[in-house]
Amino acid sequence: MTSLLSTHGLGRDFSGLCAVHAVDFDLPEGQIRALIGPNGAGKTTFVSMLIGSIAPSAGRVEFDGRDITHLPAHRRVAFGMAYTFQVTSIFLRLTLAENVALAARRRLHGDAVAAEVGAALERVGLADHATEIAGNLSYGHQRLLEIAMGLAQRPRLLILDEPTQGLADSEIEAFKSLIRNLAPETTILLIEHNMGVVMDLAERITVLDFGAVLAEGSPSEIHSNAAVQTAYLGTG
Amino acid sequence: MSEQVKVVTLHGGLIALLLAMNFILPAYHHGNLARIMVLTSYAIGYNILFGYTGLLSLGHALFFAAGLYGMGLSILHFGFSPAPALAAGIAAGVLVSLVAGMLALRTAGVAFMIVTLMFAQAGHLTILLFGTYTRGDEGFVIQPAQRVLAGIDLSDPVNRYLAALVLFSTCLLATLWLVRRPAGRVLVAIRENEQRTRLLGYDAFRYKLAAVVISGTISAAAGATYGLLFGYAGATFATVQYSIFPLLWVLLGGAGTVIGPFLGTLFMFYLIDLTSGITTAYMLIAGVVLVLLTLFAPQGMAGELRRRLWGWLP
Repeated sequence: MTSLLSTHGLGRDFSGLCAVHAVDFDLPEGQIRALIGPNGAGKTTFVSMLIGSIAPSAGRVEFDGRDITHLPAHRRVAFGMAYTFQVTSIFLRLTLAENVALAARRRLHGDAVAAEVGAALERVGLADHATEIAGNLSYGHQRLLEIAMGLAQRPRLLILDEPTQGLADSEIEAFKSLIRNLAPETTILLIEHNMGVVMDLAERITVLDFGAVLAEGSPSEIHSNAAVQTAYLGTG
Repeated sequence: MSEQVKVVTLHGGLIALLLAMNFILPAYHHGNLARIMVLTSYAIGYNILFGYTGLLSLGHALFFAAGLYGMGLSILHFGFSPAPALAAGIAAGVLVSLVAGMLALRTAGVAFMIVTLMFAQAGHLTILLFGTYTRGDEGFVIQPAQRVLAGIDLSDPVNRYLAALVLFSTCLLATLWLVRRPAGRVLVAIRENEQRTRLLGYDAFRYKLAAVVISGTISAAAGATYGLLFGYAGATFATVQYSIFPLLWVLLGGAGTVIGPFLGTLFMFYLIDLTSGITTAYMLIAGVVLVLLTLFAPQGMAGELRRRLWGWLP
């Protein structure tokens, strides 16, 4: 499989404190990958460098064979990356439909927008709420709206930062089948704390600890990896 | 009625009403309304940046003055006729807002307010510095003979009123068109959540720059028309007071509404007009009314209308 996203020696320090150090990361097209690690392992910093909201202090990022290290976030999105925020970031005072339409209008025009909006909201189960104001939704529904905004972009790579945080169990089940249906057209990078979701969904898992890659492998390999167990999973 | 029909009825109705007023109003109010329509156009320009894009500028007098002086100086020194003079004023607005925007948009929030304020101060001082050409504070009069546009004497009250109405309608309809287009929706998205907008793939800087230029150009068109219709250009129009006015008008009328700037300008104009007839401390009364409105209608008049009655108001 060809690699869609890769990093080479990617690093970032914040005034001497090294948050991410020399990470070589490779994500083949079509894969569902999970990125896990204890709090403070550097996951968010790493992902911020992928999407372009933080500039790396070393190394480079490639997307689809192109060096995107110095491109601003909006250019990366135009190439086909989409990102859903860990802390929900939606347009709180606009309707759900308008939220999703803003995501869809990047590549669609006219009537096609409304159709895409309907389809994306349908997939996350929010179609009945299309005309409501996003700020009035429950937290869990706002998370789903974020995902719908990601879907409406029809990205090649969808980066989901803690997508199941705040979702009810039933919603998590729906979320898992939704993500499975996206692959293999869409490559997924999932940053997730919920180990049930990770073990169920991910084809491969990358573990970050102290800003470096601690281990990488299939869910069962990671599950039985002694170093990972010590660092993260506890003795399970 | 569908939303589309309501929107067209309301805004078309306002324009028709203002046209009818031309034949009804007594001379004094007729003159006032002509002035209000030109100033409203200035406020409409301001509203695109402040109300829709969420960027608070304290230096819009720079753009108003760019239009006023671009028009006035080209008549005074180059003997331009009104049509090319008007074009010169608008071109000056495009140029000044493009340069000011590219520099000021490197900042955000309070810094943006301060930088725009400083630009406008620099503009005001430049006008005074080149007093030999601009006549500084004293300003200069544009003679009625120099204000005949395509055979129409703009110093005549009826012509003046109708010219003001043309400018106002153009600005109003252009805003209405813009904010309902996808590009206009992106401006609102930037106002609501700029980071999210960028991560949806929109080049926020380009959109904001476009908003500054559109806003500045409309303001300049209002400035140029003001000078042409009322026959005077002076440095007072470049002072900080004229940067604050459109902010007040828009806040009172309803930021981020198409009709708000008109309501705000009309209200404020007559508030000062009426209270100054009662007392010399008219700004005191105006101040109290402003405080009350901010307390009880924080979203402005049209904003309250939208919240309470007309959810469809663009």
